[in-house]
Amino acid sequence: MNRRDFFKHSALATAGTMLIPHFLKAHQYNLSERNGNVLVVIQLSGGNDGLNTVIPYQNDIYYKQRPSLAVEKMKVLSLNDEIGLNPALEALRSLYDDGRVRIINNVGYPNPDRSHFRSMDIWQTGSEANEYLSSGWLGRYLDAACTGCTGTPHKILEIDDTLSLAMKGKNINGLALLDPKKLYNQTRSGMVESLAKTSQASDGHDPVSYLYKTLADTRSSADYLYQKEKIQTSLTEFPNNELGKSLKTISQLITSGIDSTIYYVSLSGFDTHVGQRGQQDRLLRIYSEAVVAFISDLKKQGQLDRTMVLTFSEFGRRVKQNGSGGTDHGTANNLFLIGGPARNSVIYNEAPVLTDLDGGDLRYSIDFRDVYTSLLRDWLDADAKLILGKDFKGLNGLI
Amino acid sequence: MKDSEANNKILRLYRRAGLGTMPDSKSSLRKAIDQLFKDSEKYNPIQLVSIADDILTPKPIDEVLMMGETAREMSKRERNRMERERVRDLNVAWVDIMAHGKESLREHMSLFWHGHFACRSENPVFVQNYINTIRKNALGNFGEMLMAVSKEAAMLQFLNNQQNRKNSPNENFAREVMELFTLGRGNYTETDVKEAARSFTGWAYNSFGEFEFRKKVHDPGVKSFLSKQGAFDGADIIHILLEQKQTAKYITSKIYRSFVSEKDNQERINQLSEEFFKSGYNIKSLMHRIFMSEWFYEDAAENALIKSPVELMVGIQRNLGAAFNNKQSTLYIQRVLGQELFYPPNVAGWPGGRNWIDSSSLMFRMQLPNLMIGETDVKIKPKESGDVNDKAVKQQDKNTKAEVNWNHWVARFQAVPTEKLPEAVASLLLARQPDADITAIVAKRVSGETDRIRQIRKITLTIMGLPEYQVS
Repeated sequence: MNRRDFFKHSALATAGTMLIPHFLKAHQYNLSERNGNVLVVIQLSGGNDGLNTVIPYQNDIYYKQRPSLAVEKMKVLSLNDEIGLNPALEALRSLYDDGRVRIINNVGYPNPDRSHFRSMDIWQTGSEANEYLSSGWLGRYLDAACTGCTGTPHKILEIDDTLSLAMKGKNINGLALLDPKKLYNQTRSGMVESLAKTSQASDGHDPVSYLYKTLADTRSSADYLYQKEKIQTSLTEFPNNELGKSLKTISQLITSGIDSTIYYVSLSGFDTHVGQRGQQDRLLRIYSEAVVAFISDLKKQGQLDRTMVLTFSEFGRRVKQNGSGGTDHGTANNLFLIGGPARNSVIYNEAPVLTDLDGGDLRYSIDFRDVYTSLLRDWLDADAKLILGKDFKGLNGLI
Repeated sequence: MKDSEANNKILRLYRRAGLGTMPDSKSSLRKAIDQLFKDSEKYNPIQLVSIADDILTPKPIDEVLMMGETAREMSKRERNRMERERVRDLNVAWVDIMAHGKESLREHMSLFWHGHFACRSENPVFVQNYINTIRKNALGNFGEMLMAVSKEAAMLQFLNNQQNRKNSPNENFAREVMELFTLGRGNYTETDVKEAARSFTGWAYNSFGEFEFRKKVHDPGVKSFLSKQGAFDGADIIHILLEQKQTAKYITSKIYRSFVSEKDNQERINQLSEEFFKSGYNIKSLMHRIFMSEWFYEDAAENALIKSPVELMVGIQRNLGAAFNNKQSTLYIQRVLGQELFYPPNVAGWPGGRNWIDSSSLMFRMQLPNLMIGETDVKIKPKESGDVNDKAVKQQDKNTKAEVNWNHWVARFQAVPTEKLPEAVASLLLARQPDADITAIVAKRVSGETDRIRQIRKITLTIMGLPEYQVS
């Protein structure tokens, strides 16, 4: 598409949305009128090695390039005659047999950046490689869904002490919490509670009023989550690690019927330059066991059909292993979509092509913002173009 | 001017341009401004790392060749880890100067310029040279600073100019010099970017971090840049950029938004930038002119500026004359609040303003005075960067306690009767005086304390925990 075509294209698209009466649009994107679907994002921080996660176990190049790192053919959990999963993901087997797992191969973006912080920013903001945005894609989802609403930070939640850029909008931010009780106690201690009730919190657009308003929103969100979550108990035993606990909290929140639509959680440690096998296997095991507990809990609670889990990492790693039994920073990678309605195929698209590399790295064939577009438009019923600032086609039949 | 009015203006000046320094004796505004500049006349470089340091010198090549591949990798990683440790040391050293040095205006401006010329490098020598160049020129001439920073190894490396060669250009550096350092978006064409990139070919650095012009990879041909033609090199491009009034305007607007108000005032900015341009980019006169303007002291709610995390943390130290027990704990605070010096998010710097604030950051910011000088302990875990070489925050660095000379602080309120204390402390520490219902909340929390020192201490901590303390 050349520049002129692009403008023509976007002008048409804009005209298209302009035909919808404004009150209908507002209605369509109102969170309380949404379709009830929930998106859970799991971020694998550090750059997960995709080739040792979804393994091209029939490909000689894979074994040649990774003499001491490749997973033995016999051990791979075969998905089709080309690729299979790392045995550390064994726990996921019941889920993909059940049609609840979708793997998207070769996801990336043009002019990939191999720096952790930069590539993570690109994934979290949904920007181009040479563009710097100070708001995240899920934060802008909240902006779009919530024009004019108040007291809404809890509508997109991150399970952590601090908030990721992905969750910061232009006008509204999401909320970070380890669990509803801790947040509730925080807002009860000190002066937060009494300050949130003062008149400062309700008037004015100046910076100090903004701070008071943020405080009041935090307090009302904390109250809401605490009251709602208290009545829930999970029916499943979750692994006793951080990710297990976080997913347990998320499951309880989803089951409680609150109006949050996005949950965000991270698992760190995937920067495996040295001695990758043991470390990555351990993390993949933690990941798969926690996710399986999460999915089966949601299923028991009757919530699985409306919950989708996206797992991503800021980049994949190089095809060739390095000199210390690890891998260095690469580019394109695979994504996992787990949950939602059952489907009949596990693998969405073609396996990575190891014969056509870009300076030792995989080439991407799917832009990650096409994945975002499908999730926003087809799963969350939101205006993906408005949120991403550009018109991506999305992926056919992904959702 | 009444005494208290003059005093409020001085406090505002020091909050916004002196990192929260507390004036020790009564003076006129005029004198305080002069003093602020006088205190910042001197510049002392940070000299913590040297290229001669063992850890930073690559091992001799024959030694490296003797090593196996694994040993070579390990030694590389070990060096990498040591280097990052040194960059953190530089961070700690700079924060220490910000908190305790005499040159508060110079360091406050340097913090601003670090965000403007945002740059990351893992090489501590490069980082040290870069930050010293900024600190040296912070109140000097913008053109000289632009030229010097553009020649810093840290910047050339960060913006890939080492890879910008004749016939195989890398436009990153050329683009950002225009988009972020001088003109701002929309004031140049894509052709200008291409032609500037050609001109910057050959701008490089050697392994000592020194600037080097590599004639062999420079494109000597004629370029056409911003309506001028010539066989330009990098220095020519920078000179042409400085000839554009738009550069003065772009810099002036940014300074106005960072030191005066986020609400643009075109008339004032135009006038200031005209003068800035005429002065040949004299930063000191620009700042002096701003501090001498009536409007700098206008106390409207919309003019409040949200402090950056470093301003907040250094301000707490300067307000009370507090010193960290463990200087490294500044790293923990910076990471939790999202402003790690020498690790800006990208070349555009920290977005600032309301971007600093979300539910969790605000609650942590309001607790910070208590975490540093009160009795509360830290239970917040900062995010991991994903990079295995970025060590997690050390447990002992979560001890954020700082020592305060309370007698010195209490002496400021000698003549103040007990019931007037909250008001007196608030007027010293807050940019916006709180509403009556908020003052009542403060008064209620501190009632019941009879010992005067403890009383003042509690009032001080309570007031520093108010949202009003988050702005300058």
